[in-house]
Amino acid sequence: MDKIIIGKAFVLGDNIDTDQIIPAEHLVYSLTDPGEVKMYGKYSLSGVPIKVSGLPEGGIPFIAETDYQSEYSIIIGGTNFGCGSSREHAPFALQIAGVKAIIAESYARIFYRNSVDGGFVIPYESQIKLNDKINTGDELEIDLTNNILKNLTSEELYTLNPLGDILPIIEAGNIFEYARLHNMM
Amino acid sequence: MGMTITEKILAKAAERANVIPGENIWLNVDVLMTHDVCGPPTIEIWKREFGKEAKIWNKEKLVIFPDHYIFTSNPQANRNVNILRDFASEYDIPNYYDVGTERYKGVCHIALAEEGYNVPGTVLFGTDSHTCTSGAFGMFSTGVGNTDAAFILGTGKIWEKVPESLKFTFNGELPPFITAKDLILQVLGDITTDGGTYRALEFDGEAVFAMEMDERMTLTNMAIEAGAMNGIIAADKTTEDYVRARTNKSYELFFSDSDAKYKKKFVYDTSKMEPLVAKPHSPDNKDLVRNVQGKRLTKCYIGSCTGGKLSDFVHAARLLLGNQVKVPTFVVPASTLVAQQLEEETISGIPLKKIFESAGCEIAQSSCAACLGGPMDTTGRATDGEVVISTTNRNFPGRMGSKKSEVYLASPLTVASSALTGVITDPRDFL
Repeated sequence: MDKIIIGKAFVLGDNIDTDQIIPAEHLVYSLTDPGEVKMYGKYSLSGVPIKVSGLPEGGIPFIAETDYQSEYSIIIGGTNFGCGSSREHAPFALQIAGVKAIIAESYARIFYRNSVDGGFVIPYESQIKLNDKINTGDELEIDLTNNILKNLTSEELYTLNPLGDILPIIEAGNIFEYARLHNMM
Repeated sequence: MGMTITEKILAKAAERANVIPGENIWLNVDVLMTHDVCGPPTIEIWKREFGKEAKIWNKEKLVIFPDHYIFTSNPQANRNVNILRDFASEYDIPNYYDVGTERYKGVCHIALAEEGYNVPGTVLFGTDSHTCTSGAFGMFSTGVGNTDAAFILGTGKIWEKVPESLKFTFNGELPPFITAKDLILQVLGDITTDGGTYRALEFDGEAVFAMEMDERMTLTNMAIEAGAMNGIIAADKTTEDYVRARTNKSYELFFSDSDAKYKKKFVYDTSKMEPLVAKPHSPDNKDLVRNVQGKRLTKCYIGSCTGGKLSDFVHAARLLLGNQVKVPTFVVPASTLVAQQLEEETISGIPLKKIFESAGCEIAQSSCAACLGGPMDTTGRATDGEVVISTTNRNFPGRMGSKKSEVYLASPLTVASSALTGVITDPRDFL
């Protein structure tokens, strides 16, 4: 597990559901074939209405039209991030697009589990609302040892909730690696 | 300290005397369900992680219903069904319900009930968020992703955090213009789309126990729309009659203790309730139908695990009998059994199917269809600029297709009355 994550912020609103993260029509692609896997990157966050894509101004596509990876690797969300369906394709798509971590006030249960158990992205909880304080494109640094988010652009510091019970799974890589470490399989 | 029904069932599955909300516990899983969208990646992960010698923990407890993208020419979608078929054949899976055969059932959550997999007191996990539907049978059921499902497939176990419970008591009689859908839209408006996160929603009260199983399933089905882990209704004679008619599995009934602890309790007088909608673009965006009536529609949709059961079509047919729809109206029976029931059940001697055909509805084959948009050739898919009223479960941007469409969620009565006028209409105008 990286101890420091540095990347550009992509800022979204509350209740970003899994249909916005990866619209259902794209769920047909293989999650292992390299030629098809990249399509999950291409269409990640493509369901977000464009006027609220990349806050505060909006109008910023997460991925440029001809690209399969995003220049933004840290998502800043609000409340109830990942609500809706159980599709694991959602955190997977974000990982394929190049996202390392999400920082949101709260998460929907299944999305949170999928992110951790599959080892796709790190779902950090912020202690305060951040999607009105950070701008899309800001350079961010997450210190995973001390649970600190630093906005390198504005030089603001924010404390994140410790990952708690899920940290050993994230450190192991995914739930299978965790289970092997603990002789559960 | 007393326990809720959810806590008691989880304690049993964890082989413990008691559990406390917030604890992470390991559960023995009674049934794992998957479908064509999440089944193939689940199988892939299971093979990757458990290796060449990978063994299914218990074949009898694995149930596979292809149901999402069935009637499409999309090659990748069809490939996913082929992957399930090959897997079922290679591993000799007894509970696989193949497309294109008489075994094909349609939407998994309804088929689980019809085929006798919903058994009081048991624990069921599925790779679909609406797996919470099965909670209507006095059991614990919830959705998980592919990785968790692959873990269950290999071990029969999974960890879960014991949820706090919220209790919703519906007292009084249901007026004829109110259905279970109105009740759950009321709950969603009251607690919002994250009010149930990591919680159990327990439904209680005489109005709930007066409902048939179809209607109870509408309540538990939409628990996930509040972010809930599970929805649950204790089993009663109606439940037992339904279950006994479909399976000879033994079962155990659990009931919440009178001193069980709830995070919060809500009490409703159903006799005072009015028809509701969830406006675009969230299932908690509740309003009275009266406040949005007259909104011009381009499409009406009656279908899905939420609103495509026999009871939903009986409600709709009562209003459509002898009338004509004014906008394209799609009738999508959740399961092949429901499709058959549309031919057998009658109102005033006329089969429901005939009522829908005579009213000008388009009847589609059983599957999840346009509830979640799906491939471009999916029947009823919402296109740019459309305004749809639907008996389905979600109206987030783009859920039914185009993100430039608007979806109103409502009861089958409200959708049917709106179909007759072409604008959002209160069913009391016809009843």
